[in-house]
Amino acid sequence: MASSHPILDEAKPAILEEVDPVDIPRPALVENNRSFSWITDKICGIVEEKTPTWWWVCFIIACAGASFTVMGLVYLVATGTGVWGLANPANWGWAIVNFVFWIGIGHAGTLISAILCLLRQKWRTSINRAAEAMTIFAVVCAGIFPVFHVGRVWMAWFLFPIPNANAIWPNFRSALLWDVFAVSTYGTVSVLFWYVGLIPDLASVRDRAKNKIRQVLYGIFAMGWRGSNRQWSNYEMCYLLLAGLSTPLVLSVHTIVSFDFAISLLPGWHTTIFPPYFVAGAIFSGFGMVLTLMLPLRAIYRLEDLITQYHIDCMTKIILATGTMVGYAYGMEFFIAAYGANDFEIFAFVNRAFGNYAWAYWIMISCNVISPQFFWFKKIRENTGLVWIITIFVNIGMWFERFVIAVTTLTRDFLPSSWGYYSPTIIDIFTYLGTFGLFSVLFLLFLRFLPLMAMAEIKAVTPQADPHKH
Amino acid sequence: MVNQHGLIAKFDTPADIMHAAEKVRDAGYKNWDVITPFPIHGMDPAMGINRSLVGRFTIVGGTIGLTTGMLMIWFTGASELSLPYMEGYKLIVGGKPYFSPQFAFPVSYELTILFSAFASIGGMFILNKLPRHHHPVLKYKDVAASSDDKFFLYIENEDPQFDGEKTRSFLNDLGPVEVGELEE
Repeated sequence: MASSHPILDEAKPAILEEVDPVDIPRPALVENNRSFSWITDKICGIVEEKTPTWWWVCFIIACAGASFTVMGLVYLVATGTGVWGLANPANWGWAIVNFVFWIGIGHAGTLISAILCLLRQKWRTSINRAAEAMTIFAVVCAGIFPVFHVGRVWMAWFLFPIPNANAIWPNFRSALLWDVFAVSTYGTVSVLFWYVGLIPDLASVRDRAKNKIRQVLYGIFAMGWRGSNRQWSNYEMCYLLLAGLSTPLVLSVHTIVSFDFAISLLPGWHTTIFPPYFVAGAIFSGFGMVLTLMLPLRAIYRLEDLITQYHIDCMTKIILATGTMVGYAYGMEFFIAAYGANDFEIFAFVNRAFGNYAWAYWIMISCNVISPQFFWFKKIRENTGLVWIITIFVNIGMWFERFVIAVTTLTRDFLPSSWGYYSPTIIDIFTYLGTFGLFSVLFLLFLRFLPLMAMAEIKAVTPQADPHKH
Repeated sequence: MVNQHGLIAKFDTPADIMHAAEKVRDAGYKNWDVITPFPIHGMDPAMGINRSLVGRFTIVGGTIGLTTGMLMIWFTGASELSLPYMEGYKLIVGGKPYFSPQFAFPVSYELTILFSAFASIGGMFILNKLPRHHHPVLKYKDVAASSDDKFFLYIENEDPQFDGEKTRSFLNDLGPVEVGELEE
């Protein structure tokens, strides 16, 4: 090819004429060169096989776990919010901690499906479906806490601007109301995005159905999808737009969640670093949860060809990066407190690290800042057992982060006479632990009834899908 | 006798279906389509399909969402308008302004995204004419393969250029695995 630039032509060494651009081999996203139909059989097989025994065992345990949440909430509604260990000035306790924890978990699902889609990270295809399911179920668990924290839960609909007989409108100047809109939009859009992604795969399950009931049920949800290219064209545009919409959405949701704290005037909360720091923390904890869920699934269903070591590497590196960002934010909070020379701010942070809740603070630091640093080492990233254990630490650490933020500030407010020590009650603990049961129930149902990987998308990133290959 | 809807050809690889689509496009057919288990990169130009119009629905949805959010917050907290079944009133909170686009922004922003998402999906279904559970392709004996690992191309009877025998031999020349009939 002749260059149009005479000076460049002269300067170009002759050797360049003979050299081809390097073709750097990309890591295979589906190993062992699996065919299209192998992928369909593998994923649909999980939904079509007889319900395995381990599933029933897990399901019963999960239901038993979820019943703790149900009982905790029944007791709370029957008695009053006092059964949670809330006492002035700590009127936000585990409820807000658990809410932020679960919402944060959800964020990795949207990150994988939306942001990685926009960045054309093709490795997302084998994990996005399960991660989005995780998002939706996490939002369900998160929603429970603020809804019941309002006290009279049967009045929770007052949060929405619904014209009612009392002619009461909500106060749109409050960050808590922004939260209502942010979280409900997030839940709705996540479900829509997930559903749009499911349509072609539901059509695959429908087409393979052996009995009429299955065919009709999956058929209804597949919307009569037939994989026509005129439809794919609109579908792909729609999917891209949803990814483009979900990206600012996911960033805004945790920003608004952080506003709950940041636009208050309390030392330790009133900081501008909160939005980016909360978003990084959310992605950090979410990827932790994705790996916590996907590693056992990979082993149980023998999905090593679809979730390869490359996938695990990518996710652990994101955990490492976001964990380090979170660590930076912890340091920066201290720096700004010292540099700002505000006595109350300095006290709040010294109290965090060395006060009554120092134990929680140092658990947080060890789990969030130190434990992900192990992912610098390839040997550790390749050891699935160790990766799984570290992701558990990440989950624990991120729960403690929210606990430290909420509780240390509230129990040491401006009036020393009301200082105290906040402890959860047994009802708090049961209600929270039960949400893991609820989450597992929903996730197990998802595994049983819906294709857990986006088959159409995985097929599209295999080498044989490239029409110019042959 | 069952009415014929069109002719359908089956292909084995993405490359084959892509070349076939290019030839059908060049032959000037209008009422035809390609059925694939996943979107094939580059198939839109090969079929001569223009850029999808879903984005127009999105922008309309987004605009409505933003306007709804701002108007709702202004109406409920700053106006004294009386609408059927609802009334706005000035809500006094801590000496803050009754309305400001700044505090109204987070909620309006979320509604922009919410409405855009619904509009995009609605637009996609409208443009795709879905749900439709009785399309002739869904009755074809090999339909299961179309969402698994095979690629199909069909031309409808209604196409102005359609001519039973000629179209069949045209499809045969494209090098398919087999050519069959779609029933109405």
